[in-house]
Amino acid sequence: MTQYRVTGRGRVDQGTPVKFSFDGKTITGCKGDTLASALLANGQHLMGRSFKYHRPRGVVTAGSEEPNALVGVTRGKGRFEPNTRATMQEVYPGLKVESQNKWPTLAFDLGAINDRLYMLFSAGFYYKTFMWPRSFWDSVYEPFIRKAAGLGKAPTEVDPDTYASRYLHCDVLVVGSGPSGLAAAMTAGRAGADVVIVDENSEMGGTLLSEPQAQIDGIPAWEWLAGAVSELDALPNVRRMTRTTAIGYYHQNMIGMVERITDHLATLPEDAPRERMWRVRAREVVLAQGAIERPLVFDGNDVPGVMMSGAAQTFLNRFGVLVGKTPAVLTSHDSAWHTAFDMAEAGAKVAAIVDTREIVDIGLQDRAKELGIPVKLGHTATATKGRLRIKGVRVNPVRAGSAGSGHWVFCDALLTCGGWTPTLHLFSHTKGALDWDADARVYLPGRKSEAVQIAGAGRGLWGIGAALDDGAKAGTDALKTLGKSASVPSYEVQKDRIGTGVFHKELPTDRSPGKAKAFVDFQNDVTAKDLRLAVREGMKSIEHVKRYTTNGMATDQGKLSNMNGLTIAADALGKEPPQVGLTTFRPPYTPTTFGAFCGYHKGAQFEVTRRTPIDSWAEENGAVYEPVALWRRAWYFPKAGEGMHKAVARECKSTRESLGIFDASTLGKIEVSGPDATEFMNRMYTNPWTKLGVGRARYGLLLGEDGFIRDDGVIGRMRDDLFHVTTTTGGAARVLNMMEDYLQTEWPDLKVWLTSTTEEWATIALNGPNARKLLAPFVEGCDMSNEAFPHMSVRECTVAGFPSRLFRISFTGELGFEINVPARHGRALWEKLWEAGKQYDICPYGTETMHVLRAEKGFIIVGQDTDGTVTPQDAGIGWAIGKMKPDFVGKRSLDRPDIVAPNRKQLVGLLTEDPKAVLVEGAQIVDDPNQPKPMKMIGHVTSSYWSETLGRSVAMAVIEGGHDKMDQTIFVPQADGAPIKAKIGTTMFYDPKGERLLVE
Amino acid sequence: MLLINCPYCDDTLPELEFAYAGEAHIARPADPSKLSDEEWRDFLFIRTNVKGVHAERWRHINGCGRFFNALRDTVSDQFVTTYKAGEPRPEPKTLEAAE
Repeated sequence: MTQYRVTGRGRVDQGTPVKFSFDGKTITGCKGDTLASALLANGQHLMGRSFKYHRPRGVVTAGSEEPNALVGVTRGKGRFEPNTRATMQEVYPGLKVESQNKWPTLAFDLGAINDRLYMLFSAGFYYKTFMWPRSFWDSVYEPFIRKAAGLGKAPTEVDPDTYASRYLHCDVLVVGSGPSGLAAAMTAGRAGADVVIVDENSEMGGTLLSEPQAQIDGIPAWEWLAGAVSELDALPNVRRMTRTTAIGYYHQNMIGMVERITDHLATLPEDAPRERMWRVRAREVVLAQGAIERPLVFDGNDVPGVMMSGAAQTFLNRFGVLVGKTPAVLTSHDSAWHTAFDMAEAGAKVAAIVDTREIVDIGLQDRAKELGIPVKLGHTATATKGRLRIKGVRVNPVRAGSAGSGHWVFCDALLTCGGWTPTLHLFSHTKGALDWDADARVYLPGRKSEAVQIAGAGRGLWGIGAALDDGAKAGTDALKTLGKSASVPSYEVQKDRIGTGVFHKELPTDRSPGKAKAFVDFQNDVTAKDLRLAVREGMKSIEHVKRYTTNGMATDQGKLSNMNGLTIAADALGKEPPQVGLTTFRPPYTPTTFGAFCGYHKGAQFEVTRRTPIDSWAEENGAVYEPVALWRRAWYFPKAGEGMHKAVARECKSTRESLGIFDASTLGKIEVSGPDATEFMNRMYTNPWTKLGVGRARYGLLLGEDGFIRDDGVIGRMRDDLFHVTTTTGGAARVLNMMEDYLQTEWPDLKVWLTSTTEEWATIALNGPNARKLLAPFVEGCDMSNEAFPHMSVRECTVAGFPSRLFRISFTGELGFEINVPARHGRALWEKLWEAGKQYDICPYGTETMHVLRAEKGFIIVGQDTDGTVTPQDAGIGWAIGKMKPDFVGKRSLDRPDIVAPNRKQLVGLLTEDPKAVLVEGAQIVDDPNQPKPMKMIGHVTSSYWSETLGRSVAMAVIEGGHDKMDQTIFVPQADGAPIKAKIGTTMFYDPKGERLLVE
Repeated sequence: MLLINCPYCDDTLPELEFAYAGEAHIARPADPSKLSDEEWRDFLFIRTNVKGVHAERWRHINGCGRFFNALRDTVSDQFVTTYKAGEPRPEPKTLEAAE
């Protein structure tokens, strides 16, 4: 048996030892221990170093609010987690734990030099200390801050664990399984409601686990608890979940919960996720989260061995561990007296009970006398002794608010209690109001914005009896709104510990307050002095005080420090706390893994990858891919030894000289059909559609109502009442949404149907002088001659026996066809064309070559050469506007003052003076490279490529008043080297007359 | 996550099925060419940005696909009601009577 374990106490299995390692040392705990209780059983209080000053720190709580005892836990390869709270990690054989923020060892840490440089690190030190000299930033300050920043070590390996997500619907969700939560769940469960009750601990019971002396209806607390748990388990309509933390309360009673499934197991089960995120939609929520004990603020209150009295009570009664053999108690609340009594009964020699109050219940004083415990009322604490472990506390009598002369009380643990703060984090997430109770000096739940009940200590009630009765009432109230009724059970509790207390700002001292290290926020090392300094330096709102001092901003989110911080700041400002405000609680309630939030959405499941019917052929033939919207598209097809540049040059040359084949299946396709299809098209697109004959196609331009280009694509008229509309790959969903919007809400009278057909068709583009020669033998039902099937036409026919919509169009400037066949035939057709095309040295090309070929012709790509501020005139495609049409989307905006104003940025071609210089896309353009900085930028490069066909670079750019600057010279400044000189011209770099489209 | 009632499906469903679509009851003018620059500017860009009950458009995009209107309180983020496109904005009195 370890030194501090008390035989016969606690709920851990003292007959089953568990060996684990802490900083390489083997430690023995018991089955059922947390890491904290096992270390304490071995007399180890020191568990970590603080964030800023690297001060030695011990565990202060027994729960999820723990600010100090943060450790690194290794559960095997890739399974390292920093900042695990020792109070929440259950021990198992083989568990490996290391302490944090220390070098070289936990007991001797060089970083603690920061503690001696205290003056440097006071409130706002980031803002003050590192201002000058400027040159120190890169060499001194930043490396220092980077080294000092961070808590624990980030894991470096890929997380091998899986994480699950589930939805859950229920009538009543009960958060917390102390007496009030259990009573609420039993009341609602017995009445037949679907109930879920959750608790973040490994077992249910809450306070009952720490107070076995109580008797409920004549039954000892633990026996009653076992009965309650088995009753809940027997009800088919109740789900009981442990190791599950309700992390956030969202709109309309949706609660996010994380269930920890494997972190407490020595052997990982196969196929079990590590954690599971539950999204619960509850008709009624009962919050029974209890209260959190508040520390007292005095010099030296962070030395290992100083801890919350309630934690000591839990370690003793739940885990069978005495946190000290000669503990002292320092309190302003009755509850700590009971801790002293329990410890004395378990064999500790309690050095003293020091209470800040002059008057304390006489029953408590009598009991202390019976147990031989010295009592000091009306006292304060002014210092502690000991560095790695407390050795004593200096206490002074207080007269009229000031401390008299002090003397030392020697102890090996100091158990403090500064009152209890109702836990209302989840309630605050709902934007429920917190009302200041001026008598009790706590915030209590006020106006509610969700269907929620708060029960027990969460609304300021104290004692097991009150909690049970209030929980039962909350359960009944929840049932009432569900239309169910139940009688409210009442409970008779003996040996209940009802009590009262008071709250303090920092305790009075007889020493210079400027020298006191009285910690408010243990995790971020914020002292009472820091808070007062922040107020002196002008911070008036608690939100500013918080950010200036970092009080409450650590991973514990100020569960222990917020109220003390507010009390001290309010005192410094001479105001009442509610006038200073309260910082906002935000989810998650406790630190939550990224894995739990990601759930299944990682790796290949992060987002969908859309693949065309021809994608598999491209993969087999060595394509390099690029993502375009959610699609992966073949970017280029390198041959052995080729990089991108060489491959693209070859693909361009082959296509221009003979024949290229391209998978255009990702193009968005929408069928616009119905008696009013033409009218609809006239209203949506800038172009006129009335006179476009069946079998003809036209370049369509779509504007927003603001007059700027939104999308474009070739549109074929299949029948009088049917248009085959194509859109950009990335714009398909947007365009369909926009069409639906106008059709449903502006013109519901039009008889038109819109159907997305993007994935119905596989689209193969053939381009090059030999395109017709290859294609014609496959085609039936279409005369392929220039006269019968001219450029910008569409036919329904068969290609290689497959039904097809065959377009004669070109995005390359070469003779071109786009063959649409039902998607399932896409790859078969591609392979037939591929085989037959070998006689023409057919060349598959990817999106990069497509971009180069279109740029050589000056064809724009919406979203690359336009950016949402480009009008048709700006882009030089004013010809696409139906001038005679009375109206279309965006028409009125083309007359807006800003749109017709001179000097708008207009799309032009650029040829660099040095033909080998390829401009960088996005590069800024200036008139005069010798002007002083900052230079006036007159535009930027939108597209730029090496053109193998032309043997030089080509580029497009938007330039202020560009259309009137033909043949003028501009400059593109470079980060290194001389500015690149280029001349403005047309965007039509290749075959300006379009003769290549007409190859016989 | 909000729950939204689609007036076409007559079903209350998670927010994930819906897409926001801007302020409601801004009809496209029948003949935009008759509008002054200022009137057209107001149609394009000027929105009420209320603190309180806001009439706005939603689309049941991952469901029936229909656009509809909603009254939502921008302070509490709670939906007051939803109604079909083309229907007038419900008056506060109608809403009270319906409750």
